[in-house]
Amino acid sequence: MSHVNRIEGIGRIRRGRAVRFYYDGRQYFGYEGDTLASALLANGVHLTGRSFKYHRPRGIFTAGSEEPNAIVQLESGAYTEPNTRVTQVELYEGLRANSQNCWPSVKYDIGAVNSLLSRFLPAGFYYKTFMWPASMWMTYEHFIRNAAGLGKSPEQKDPDRYEQLHAHCDVLVAGGGPAGLSAALAAAKTGASVIIMDEQSEMGGSLLASDETVDGVTAAQWLKTTLETLGTYDNVTVVPRCTVTGYFDYNYLTAAERVTDHLGIGNGGYSPRQRFWKIRAKRVVIAAGAIERPLLFKDNDRPGVMLANAVRTYIRRYCVLPAKSVCVFTNNDSAYDTAIAVHEAGGAVTVVDTRQSASAVSVKRARDVGITVYHGYAVSNVIGSRAIRRVEIRRLSDDAQSLVGDPVTVNAQVIANGGGWNPVVNLFSQSRGKLRFESGIQAFVPDKAVAINPSVSAGSCAGVYDTAQCLATGAEAGEIAARAAASDPKPSVPMPQLTKALAADAVNGRDFYVVPANTGAAEGLLQKWNDRGYSKHFHDLQNDVTVADIHLAATEGYRSVEHLKRYTTTGMGTDQGKTSNVNALSIMAGIQQTDIPSVGTTTFRPPYTPVTFGAITGQNRGELFLQARKTPMHAWHELNNAVFEDVGDWKRPWYFPRHGETMHQAVDREALATRQSVGMVDASTLGKIDIQGADAAWFLNMVYTNAWLKLPVGHCRYGLMLNEHGMVFDDGVTTRLGENHFHMTTTTGGAARVMAWLEEWLQTEWPEREVYCTSVTEQWAVAAINGPNARALLESLTDEDLSDESFPHMSYKSMKVAGLDARVFRISFTGELSFEINVSARHGLALWEALIDAGKAFDLTVYGTETMHVLRAEKGFIIVGQDTDGTVTPFDLGMSWIVNKNKPDFLGKRSLSRTHTAASGRRQLVGLLTDDPDTVLPEGAHLVEGHVRRVPAVTQGHVTSSYMSPNAKRSIAMGLVTNGLDRLGESLTAQLMDGQMIGVTLVKPDFLSIDKSPETKPEKGQ
Amino acid sequence: MLLIECPWCGQRDQTEFSAHGEAHIARPTETATLNDEQWGNYVFFRSNSKGLHYERWTHDFGCRRWFNAVRDTVSDQFLVTYKPGEPAPDAKQLTQQLSDATSGTAKVSGV
Repeated sequence: MSHVNRIEGIGRIRRGRAVRFYYDGRQYFGYEGDTLASALLANGVHLTGRSFKYHRPRGIFTAGSEEPNAIVQLESGAYTEPNTRVTQVELYEGLRANSQNCWPSVKYDIGAVNSLLSRFLPAGFYYKTFMWPASMWMTYEHFIRNAAGLGKSPEQKDPDRYEQLHAHCDVLVAGGGPAGLSAALAAAKTGASVIIMDEQSEMGGSLLASDETVDGVTAAQWLKTTLETLGTYDNVTVVPRCTVTGYFDYNYLTAAERVTDHLGIGNGGYSPRQRFWKIRAKRVVIAAGAIERPLLFKDNDRPGVMLANAVRTYIRRYCVLPAKSVCVFTNNDSAYDTAIAVHEAGGAVTVVDTRQSASAVSVKRARDVGITVYHGYAVSNVIGSRAIRRVEIRRLSDDAQSLVGDPVTVNAQVIANGGGWNPVVNLFSQSRGKLRFESGIQAFVPDKAVAINPSVSAGSCAGVYDTAQCLATGAEAGEIAARAAASDPKPSVPMPQLTKALAADAVNGRDFYVVPANTGAAEGLLQKWNDRGYSKHFHDLQNDVTVADIHLAATEGYRSVEHLKRYTTTGMGTDQGKTSNVNALSIMAGIQQTDIPSVGTTTFRPPYTPVTFGAITGQNRGELFLQARKTPMHAWHELNNAVFEDVGDWKRPWYFPRHGETMHQAVDREALATRQSVGMVDASTLGKIDIQGADAAWFLNMVYTNAWLKLPVGHCRYGLMLNEHGMVFDDGVTTRLGENHFHMTTTTGGAARVMAWLEEWLQTEWPEREVYCTSVTEQWAVAAINGPNARALLESLTDEDLSDESFPHMSYKSMKVAGLDARVFRISFTGELSFEINVSARHGLALWEALIDAGKAFDLTVYGTETMHVLRAEKGFIIVGQDTDGTVTPFDLGMSWIVNKNKPDFLGKRSLSRTHTAASGRRQLVGLLTDDPDTVLPEGAHLVEGHVRRVPAVTQGHVTSSYMSPNAKRSIAMGLVTNGLDRLGESLTAQLMDGQMIGVTLVKPDFLSIDKSPETKPEKGQ
Repeated sequence: MLLIECPWCGQRDQTEFSAHGEAHIARPTETATLNDEQWGNYVFFRSNSKGLHYERWTHDFGCRRWFNAVRDTVSDQFLVTYKPGEPAPDAKQLTQQLSDATSGTAKVSGV
């Protein structure tokens, strides 16, 4: 164990508990309480990866979730996870991590040649270079995807469990630092239900790395006491390791909790790996803290360049001094705390302050302990590539626009870099709150909220940086939120934000972002691209975007902040620009000689940090994602080798292959047998709606195109439903069971839509009408028997008279079938003699098995949906949604007979006579016969005139249904063709994607030359 | 994620509802007498307003009933929901309520 950088002290680690882990295959040790980042630094490992574009060596930059650089591939196989931030990964026994974006190794990376070519890889490079010629894009894309990948996504099924949790509370506190904790406490005291969440492994935020005195005790003691106190409240839920990731309307927030990630693979027991919270909070206190803003200087991306507060955190929380000699580079007072921390940890420290002077308490304290401070200086050069060897600094000119004087060498292997703070306004901004730029702290702070998302920001995310002030604003926010939740649970007024004075003097930063380039090099093409030496000032470390890139974007006109983002990719990636956005704005403001608020900000979007898809999905996987609907006969289908297809949510038997039959062979057999003897199909999935009431007939007369008032009791009628545009929307047979009682059937997929449609009219337009609709789809099991022997089969199971006289086509009888109470409808979707036998769902399987038994005498064949489609197409019966697509009228279907023009009104009627709808040139449904009877047209194929392939060609329509028909002994098809009904007998050509040209003839869609059955189209029976 | 007050069931999550466009568009009674433009206005044309929008909703995964709502399309704030057949709330009053809310002059009020 070689903890070269581990120092004395306790911090938050447990020294008694050593933990073994592997990084890039090498074994290391850390302690419980370490993150992967702190353990690597303790072991002297700074280099953690290569950068995205230039493959430059990169190291750990932060100590928090804002980390742009140090992202690794965690674990392997099904458990692997790319782009995990080492600063967020808690160490566990046996952890394995590998660096990303480098090959063959992080130390010797071939892609680093890109760095030498960097002047050819500026902003917008991909757009400029690879977009032309278009035919080469596939080649370029392959290259880019390989070269630019950030980690590898797992290729196996996720073996972990996840869950979703819905929660409600009076006050949700996002962030468990000093402001959040005091907010939770204040809210809890009012009796409000409180949930407080923090993304870190333990609550405390900045207090975890603080040497301050808080309320008269040490920060650690205050934290302990406060957490204990919160623990005594039953109305408070404290959730660590939980990031509030999204803020949506009406205070709906999402949070991702890493429940057992920190225990290691397979050690989570019965707990899920992660839990995705969906929270509805009456009020929200945002206490999300602030992220330090780096200063930008040449080669500021070297491993060893870190944020000042990160260095402080590693020292005080993890007892790791990242290097023996540290250079603190800053423009404000807060980084002096880091200098003191390094000094106290026994390190050598030099402060380089861009300001000419400073007088804050922390500055004096640093001077008093003998720390060297260079005022009016800036880091001008970083010597070293994979690690910092030394640092050069130079004096700034009075206007800070250039460097003057000779460089001074500072011995330092870490640069603790602090350029001020950016309040984490992400959640507030997601809640559609407006931001305001505070020039005193050079940062955006929450300004105006919207009414429906009442929240109060407190602490440093509101620009309040002093710990005592954080506690005070937190307590105030917590109390306000709790009281408001109690008095006004449904807010109609935006919540005012706190008006505490911003602690501008705590920063006292001068408006300084970018260290000027070292030289004013000669002008030239390359210099223009590099903008006189700013090509190594990286402002976005993850996306390798430099100050020069922003200059280039501005030069090329991409000045709007949204354009700037997309052109340079700044602010994208897994860190979403947490450390880079405001710097990018400041650079653009400088170029445009305006101020930052005039440049504006891009929109903050959820999630705040990346969320595993598994967590969002939760338990909704496989069967639980979409529950399959199964008919009462499903078990029989499974036993009998059915191949299923999905129809809506239903599992329907598609075909029943026997003895190794192909689908084609099975369907041929099923279709032939049905027309030769008798076939049976499970029609239970048909939508069924029970309609009752004094106005039921009147209602049907309004929703169907044909006449319903005089339908005799016991009779069935086929109907088409139109929407108000006059377009066919559903079809089905409806039966009059009694004077005021109807049984409506709908298409399988349209059942819910039709039910909603009926309810819409009854509830909103005709509430005075007495009609009641009940969905009974699941209440009835339906076996439909079709074919010349259908009657004989049914007769063997009932005593009822089934003769044509007693039980004519399109009528209904209630009878006993196989001893079961049944409603039998003599209706047909095949053109054959047919009975649809409905029994109570719980008797469905019994009925089915009785029919199978009795059917043995008649060579009964069970068929599936494919044969059902073939049989109906042979007779030219339509399927709504297949032969229609929402642009088809009854006239287009050649079904003018079903439109009753004498009815004063029905839904969609007036649209049929609209000038446009009534005009010629509409697509109309016709039958299509291919010249070659063995060729089956692909559905969707377009039909053109002539036989010569033309691109582009003017389409005459397309194929909607196409099958090989064993009964017609040839291929059959239907299609929608321009003016098709007037063109029967004409020839067209199906022009296929693969170059084939297939000649077809337009015919009436009735493909059985000899009608063997006495039945005709069901419609015509009326 | 909106929070919607069903006039029958109370506040429920948006996922239980679906929206059905503009409300208070009565179906013409004598449809045969309408010219194309009049019928077209009923079928195709909607106000698409920025600000107050009177609209229809259904509580699909709840009571399955229809109702009307007035929503501010700018802020997504629901000002009121009411049962079908009830008169449309006065727009002027709602606008005032909205502007009071935005300017922060209104005292907290339950809608």
